[in-house]
Amino acid sequence: MKNFNEKVFKAITHIAALFTIACLGGIIITIFHEGFPILKYAGLIEFFGVEWHPTHFPADFGITALIIGSVVVTIGALLIAIPFGVGSAIYISEIAGNRTKEIIKPIIELLAGIPSVVYGLFGMAFLAPFLIKVFGIPNGLNALSASIILGVMVIPIISSMSEDALSSVPKSLREASLALGATKWETIIKVVLPAAKTGVMGSIILGFGRAIGETMVVIMVAGGAAQIPTSLFQPVRPMTAAVASEMGETVIGSPHFHALYGISVVLFIITFITNFITEFVFLKRRNK
Amino acid sequence: MKKVLILIFILILTLFMVFCTQKSTSIDIAGSTTVLPIVQAIAEIFMDLNPEINVSVRGGGSSIGIKSAIDETIDIGNSSREIKDNEIEILQEKNKELKKIAIAQDAITMIVHKSNKIKNLSIVQLKKIYSGKITNWKELGGNNKNIIVISRDVSSGSFEVFYEKALKNSKLLTNCMMLASNNAVAGTVSYTPGAIGYVGRGYANQKHNILSLENISPTTKNVLNKTYPLSRKLFIFTTEQNKKTVDMFINFVLSEKGQEIVEKQGYVKIVNN
Repeated sequence: MKNFNEKVFKAITHIAALFTIACLGGIIITIFHEGFPILKYAGLIEFFGVEWHPTHFPADFGITALIIGSVVVTIGALLIAIPFGVGSAIYISEIAGNRTKEIIKPIIELLAGIPSVVYGLFGMAFLAPFLIKVFGIPNGLNALSASIILGVMVIPIISSMSEDALSSVPKSLREASLALGATKWETIIKVVLPAAKTGVMGSIILGFGRAIGETMVVIMVAGGAAQIPTSLFQPVRPMTAAVASEMGETVIGSPHFHALYGISVVLFIITFITNFITEFVFLKRRNK
Repeated sequence: MKKVLILIFILILTLFMVFCTQKSTSIDIAGSTTVLPIVQAIAEIFMDLNPEINVSVRGGGSSIGIKSAIDETIDIGNSSREIKDNEIEILQEKNKELKKIAIAQDAITMIVHKSNKIKNLSIVQLKKIYSGKITNWKELGGNNKNIIVISRDVSSGSFEVFYEKALKNSKLLTNCMMLASNNAVAGTVSYTPGAIGYVGRGYANQKHNILSLENISPTTKNVLNKTYPLSRKLFIFTTEQNKKTVDMFINFVLSEKGQEIVEKQGYVKIVNN
């Protein structure tokens, strides 16, 4: 009986693992299969052109503005999230006492549990009017507001993973540094942080993946104009927003339909590369 | 052993629930988000009057409404536009017929920020704004302020009607903001001083200035006598499947009581001619 249970359990976990792989395989095949036909209609140069007018006749399927939109809001988000994320990680791991740590850590992790649509609503209903009033800019839904909201969303990822990395730095390293006469500040910056470098880098790359793949927030807050922005105060249309908001009414098999899948292919390649780098960074650490 | 009992219990419960839902008759509705508030409100009253019938209403967009109605995965599909040629082709391929019922009228309403002095635009001016040929309110006699042009996403039925009737098939300017819902447009225009946007009539309120087009304002009267240039009909589609409950629901929508709800939602009642 026991032996039988053992075998059943093994089989179930086996199937679970295979199922995940099968799903991934299915997704890859589908998006590449549906994405490549766009090259029949547009050609590679036109597909990476500037103008995106998918429903106009004749249609333009240039996705460069969409890619730049994604990149701008993602970099903006990281510029906000890295100082706050890594800073809070250093505070929690190195400076805060046990009690403060136990309060702050779960609160930051709570941020990660808020659904993205709630972040989007916050951006639309509060942040955008606030930016108009305070900075007098003409338009509240723009690359900057999307960056701010995405940045806040990414903070808990960077913070909790960096904190894990910092905490796993052996205590002996800190003690040695302090014993040599280094101050606490010097110990953190010159000893602990370099020792946890790979973990912190990994958290940033994961944060990048989260920000570039986020959809709901950019649909609601980024403004949705398919242009190459000349300032942070201009609206942009990231790739995910274009796919999600246009897919609903495209005719299956039309050039527009294939173009949206083509965007998915580009997005998939970008996230695949970032995941690959994360994996590589972590593998390097494990082998040490 | 205990776990097995729990599993069996859950299984029985699920089966029970499945049978329960199958027993009561249900009407499945999906499609345009512009039509959604009307049908939702009517469905609630309808269910109060007929407790044995269960009506479920979802959004999804006009195309999804029509496509699902053709596939008969739902009973009624909502649409804020007419059926397209390629959809008629699919219908003919499947040898089916789709019944189109106009249930309400709507005026695509142009709204601007409260502080804006402009009260009226011509269709030509509107077209120039949305194609990027006029970029400052000054050119229209307003304040020296850049125009923030706001549109609905290309997937919305409202966009398709606007594109055809106001933009006259010319290219939308590239820095036009594309927002996902009527609510998003209404909200953004209310706090953005230079903005102009269009929404279903039910979404325009005291927080905006409503523009008239060619000196005709989007009042109920002007929609009814068809003088307002951006008026349109809202539809529901269903295949002939002789389902009694579906007919009951459609009759209720077109009844006096149903049309009262249409007006309460800010739309204009349908006149059968």
